[in-house]
Amino acid sequence: MSKRVASPAPAPERTPTDWKSAAMQKRIRRRYARERRFKLFGMMAVILSAAFLAFLIATMMANGARGFTRSEVALHFDFPKLGIEIDRSHLKTPGADLALAGAGLQDKVETLATSPAGYSLASNSAWVTVRDRIKAHPAILDGKATIWVPASTELEMGSRGEGPANVQADARKLSQAGQLRTGFNWGFFSASNSNDPVAVGIWGALKGSLLTMLVTFLIAFPVGVLSAIYLEEYAPKNRWTDLIEVSINNLAAVPSIIFGLLGLAVFLGSWQIGGHTFGPLFPRSAAIVGGLTLALMIMPVIVIASRNAIKGVPPSIRDAALGIGASRIQVVFHHVLPLAMPGILTGTIIGMARALGETAPLLLIGMRAFIVTPPSGFTDPATVLPVQIFLWSDEVSRGFVEKTSAAILVLLVFLLAMNGLAIYLRNKFETRW
Amino acid sequence: MLGRLALFAFSAVALSACDGGAVRPIRAVGSSTVFPFTTAVAEAFVNQDKRRAAPVIESIGSGAGFRAFCEGVGSQYPDIANASRRMKRTEYDQCQKNSVGEILEVQIGLDGVVLAESNNGPKLKLSRKDLYLALAANPMGKPNTAKTWHDVNPSLPAIPIYVMGPPSTSGTRDAFIELMMEPGCLAAWPEAKAKAKAIKDGHDPAKFQDACLRIRDDGPYVDKGENDNLIVQGLSQNPNAIGIFGYSYLEENIDRLHGTEIEGVGPTNNDIVTGKYPGGRPLYIYVKKRHIKAVRGMQDFLDLYATMWKPKGELNKRGLIAAPTDVQDQSAKIIAEGIALDPAQLH
Repeated sequence: MSKRVASPAPAPERTPTDWKSAAMQKRIRRRYARERRFKLFGMMAVILSAAFLAFLIATMMANGARGFTRSEVALHFDFPKLGIEIDRSHLKTPGADLALAGAGLQDKVETLATSPAGYSLASNSAWVTVRDRIKAHPAILDGKATIWVPASTELEMGSRGEGPANVQADARKLSQAGQLRTGFNWGFFSASNSNDPVAVGIWGALKGSLLTMLVTFLIAFPVGVLSAIYLEEYAPKNRWTDLIEVSINNLAAVPSIIFGLLGLAVFLGSWQIGGHTFGPLFPRSAAIVGGLTLALMIMPVIVIASRNAIKGVPPSIRDAALGIGASRIQVVFHHVLPLAMPGILTGTIIGMARALGETAPLLLIGMRAFIVTPPSGFTDPATVLPVQIFLWSDEVSRGFVEKTSAAILVLLVFLLAMNGLAIYLRNKFETRW
Repeated sequence: MLGRLALFAFSAVALSACDGGAVRPIRAVGSSTVFPFTTAVAEAFVNQDKRRAAPVIESIGSGAGFRAFCEGVGSQYPDIANASRRMKRTEYDQCQKNSVGEILEVQIGLDGVVLAESNNGPKLKLSRKDLYLALAANPMGKPNTAKTWHDVNPSLPAIPIYVMGPPSTSGTRDAFIELMMEPGCLAAWPEAKAKAKAIKDGHDPAKFQDACLRIRDDGPYVDKGENDNLIVQGLSQNPNAIGIFGYSYLEENIDRLHGTEIEGVGPTNNDIVTGKYPGGRPLYIYVKKRHIKAVRGMQDFLDLYATMWKPKGELNKRGLIAAPTDVQDQSAKIIAEGIALDPAQLH
């Protein structure tokens, strides 16, 4: 070193770069152009995806907005004249529904709701509204009453200026006479599936999704996080743990339909063990089966995300805790896990969002079913939002187009709420060091 | 952390605490064609009495439906199989192997389309091949240029092709395409058979659909909207026109209309029911007899079905062709008395 300093070799003649020369200017220009081009491509990619999203939301809003409104038509009843033969004492008993159905209420409401032109003004399920009113106020059976019932699809279309001219004229006449009104469709959030687009609601599917997601979370989160903790903090590094790691990465990429088949075989299949047949563990179409199947599907995602988050906690924190005498479990639960929590939660929410939008495995375990009442528990037959959207998009009736879009909006809001919760939790747990 | 998780788990259990009596609901699986009818009955069933457990109906296709139906007897297996074809003998045997026991076969009605013209029309006798060549947008892959029935088949008179039918949203049109156009295409165009196979292999389904299943929109086929009564009116005004609609409309207007013979078979009740008429097929539900007593509400459900399949009944409005009266009576009797299916009838 010192020798070289003592007798420096003559520096090679090097002309300073002439930044002003044409060749250099060209190179600089090309360099800047490349920079701008790259920025532009990136921007275009963002704009493209934003445009798709905007298009989706705009179409859904345009189609779906009407799905949230409902027209109602006023029917005038003169109950003594209608002649509904029913014992009043039955109306307060649980058998009231059957008694009123048996008294021919449905036919009578339908006859009353038939317009002079021969089509029905009220929806098929209008008589159910009338029945519920009679059950709530039996006194109306003694006199006249005006009851607002859901309008038929024809009349609803007519009130929007669609469909045959005579129906449109009728709709105009009715709304001028104050017998037709359009309002927010609260029933959409309290009813379940129906054959009648006027009477359908999203609540059944929404509740099914909630129950399914709950099961998925309660299974996948603890199991996934515990696996990640074990693999990162306790497991020795050897061939077996390598094999497990590769398997988990593989499982995360397995198509969801295969988890559906797995769920079908494990939770709904029956086995012969030692001459005894063990029946299915759970009933078909139940939220618990859907939740367990989806939990199997997203568990690898949670394990991978959690391991990365745990890996990201600096070793100095572990060493410090161990150095002042904390046990391994104290290190994990007091220091590592809280610090890793934001990452774990992000991974979990990504997995849950995937599970929420999943249909394929659920079709196999029977959640693609028509059910007119919402599930009341984990073992009740249920359906979920994406499957409901799929079922409605298959319906021929025009009224279902709007309901499909409305259901998609509900799904998007659900997703947004879930992601919002994730961001909130992440910010809450976030620690800087 | 653990405490919070426990709280979460507790609230989850609380959410499901409004668990009802957990009555086992009625379960039906099978054909997508029968699906809308069974769901309509299911909805009416719950509307009659809100305390009833809502039936669970899955649309998985007739064949898959039979497979699930025949897996066994007990609460985990379906009670009803919806089917747009008769059960096969092999399927029945499968059922018996799994000790399903006696099965009720109930024909709920018919699915099908008829063609008809006015009573003072030329009384055309057509084949499915003629219909395909006359009405396809691209018969045998080339644009349709046929203007008269004579262009299609030299033995037919030179009457302009004018067919009034349902719009593309209609189930009747689907049935027409499935029962008339597709067999007609396969008969007229041997190459299409290979194409039909290619659909399954996923090679060129678009071309097959375009050549075999797409109806022309250059004039000879007129879309008359969902109201079949308009087609009936149109036929009376134009004696050369042919209308496509559900059988029930022909039955209602039999004094004004003449059903067009297809391959020598006229659309009569008898010919549709026996399966001779190519445009019709019976629809069935199959019921496990042992489940009728075991599952709460099964008998009520079946009785309700029987009231709804009547002509002008609720199911008719949803597109079911009501079966002839004697078939309806027979089906009602099967439900009322629990008459089991005789396997000797199946093949």
